[in-house]
Amino acid sequence: MTVDRLIRRMLRAYVVIALGFVFVPIVISFIFSFNSDRFPTLPLGSFSTEWYEAIFSEGQVPVAFRTSLIVGGAVALLSTFIGFAAAYTDFRYRFFGKSVYMSLALLPPTIPVLILGLTMLMFLSRVSLVGEIHSVVIAHVVFCMPFAMALIRLRLSQMDPDLERAAWNLGASSWRAMLGVIVPFALPAILSALFLTAAVSFDEFMIAFFVGGVNETVPVRVLNMMQGQVSPRINAVGSLVFAISMTLVIVAQFLLMMRRPGRPMLRRT
Amino acid sequence: MAEPLLVLDKVAKHYGEITAVHGIDLEIARGEFVAIMGPSGCGKTTTLRMIAGLEAPSEGEIRLNGERVNERKPWQRDTPMVWQSLALFPYMSVLRNVEFGLKMRNQSAKTRREKAMGWLERMGLAAHAGRNITQLSGGERQRVAIARALVTEPEILLLDEPLSALDAHLRIRMQSEITQLQRQLGITFAYVTHNQSEAFAMASRVAIMNGGRIQQVGSPREVYRTPANRFVAEFIGANNIVDGTLRGNDGEAILIETGLGQLRAPAPIGRSYSPGDKIALVISADRVAIGAAPKGGAINHLEASLISEEFIGSVVTLHLDIGGERVFRVQKQAHELDATAFTPGQKISAFWRAEDMFVLPAD
Repeated sequence: MTVDRLIRRMLRAYVVIALGFVFVPIVISFIFSFNSDRFPTLPLGSFSTEWYEAIFSEGQVPVAFRTSLIVGGAVALLSTFIGFAAAYTDFRYRFFGKSVYMSLALLPPTIPVLILGLTMLMFLSRVSLVGEIHSVVIAHVVFCMPFAMALIRLRLSQMDPDLERAAWNLGASSWRAMLGVIVPFALPAILSALFLTAAVSFDEFMIAFFVGGVNETVPVRVLNMMQGQVSPRINAVGSLVFAISMTLVIVAQFLLMMRRPGRPMLRRT
Repeated sequence: MAEPLLVLDKVAKHYGEITAVHGIDLEIARGEFVAIMGPSGCGKTTTLRMIAGLEAPSEGEIRLNGERVNERKPWQRDTPMVWQSLALFPYMSVLRNVEFGLKMRNQSAKTRREKAMGWLERMGLAAHAGRNITQLSGGERQRVAIARALVTEPEILLLDEPLSALDAHLRIRMQSEITQLQRQLGITFAYVTHNQSEAFAMASRVAIMNGGRIQQVGSPREVYRTPANRFVAEFIGANNIVDGTLRGNDGEAILIETGLGQLRAPAPIGRSYSPGDKIALVISADRVAIGAAPKGGAINHLEASLISEEFIGSVVTLHLDIGGERVFRVQKQAHELDATAFTPGQKISAFWRAEDMFVLPAD
């Protein structure tokens, strides 16, 4: 009995320590981003937002945020759309070589990003698409699409295949059945996929670094700043990046938790 | 004579090497309630799906109102279906489910609502219109599925084992509701089921399928009393099938040598047999008397010991030992046997008239 309790306490302590290792640096970075002192030392100086003001007055960071926003938005839309199409293909059709097709479609995230970034660079420069914002978008779609597909596929696997046929049977053409039955059913997963792919794209450094050229996304900008000088501005950018990514991921998670069939997600008039 | 509402003309369905349906012919008239029944895998659901356009026939022609519909997509035919899984849209309210077919026909919101509410009222579901499907009971969902299919006022309704998910009690109630509804509406119903009692209770005509072929089409009474072949006789149950060899003719009946001794049967109509032919005899379990012989005509008699007694409400089935693994079934109304106490092993005398037997070729 007491041994059990001891083990339970040790396990709990282990979890606390592990989570501490993950979150303490983030929390510290967050705290120091509001510290007026130039160097991260204790005791803290006064509360200040000067570092946030600094990054937004310095031209490159807002540009990087803008680039990340464009890339993230485009990637979210494109990879969710393609991911939906791939998931629907899996749901609806049976064809020769389907398992190979599906595993190829799920492959990109399992490739080390360094390799993926390099090969994307080689490929995109070969077809003269490198160094532009859309280069990052293309490369990120390749990387993010499988996440969207996996989420939507999971949702579609919970769907009775008769639902679509029932819609046809009641007079809905393929398209109307798709829009009126499949999409509403998959909607929680589709929305979740939008946020998740946006988050993955927003966080991704390596591929963007290789193919983006002068178009720096936020993570690329952060690294370039670090290489120049250590400044509390890093804390400010880091805190912002963390807040945005976490928001996206939490929203994605929240949407997915609402996926219980039968509960209307959005009230449609 | 006008063309029937629905005609299947040598319709076949192949899946690669496998043939699910072998060139079947079936005509369904306007206002008829036809049950297509058979064991699982007999092709009955495939047939229904071909009518709905969810499967394309490999051969043959399907005509609806005299028009070939083979090439029409499911949404281009008016053949709504009630699904085994019900296939109600889970994220829509009851009302929106029922409105779906009207919406797809681009009817105005007002008409949609009026018609859908009308059907919900008819099915006793008006109070549930705003509810979600998941908040309904099995029987209520069933009614929503029927209302959803009927809201477009089709000429034919297809039903694919719609009651199989319900418990026995509810199933019986829904059976009579569906039958009544069909009579009131006068719409043609094509009802697929593997359940013989369901088909017999509801349909005016049944088509029995096996191995992708229609074995027999007829009224429940015809099929029950004069099965076309051994499969049908076995499938509809409640029959004893005895193999034998034709021995001759004594003027009023033919004589057959069987494991139960020599039996006398009416001469078969439409097909002639000669002595030595192998035949099978169908003896309806409910036509067998026990204890005393019925009056008139040629009588067959069997002495056998009782194996067991099976009591299902108003009907009692006695299983008699006729050697080997086989049993001879006698079905009686419970009230007829009230005074009699049976003990397993006891000798029973069973009698039935020659004309209560039906002769089939042995196969």
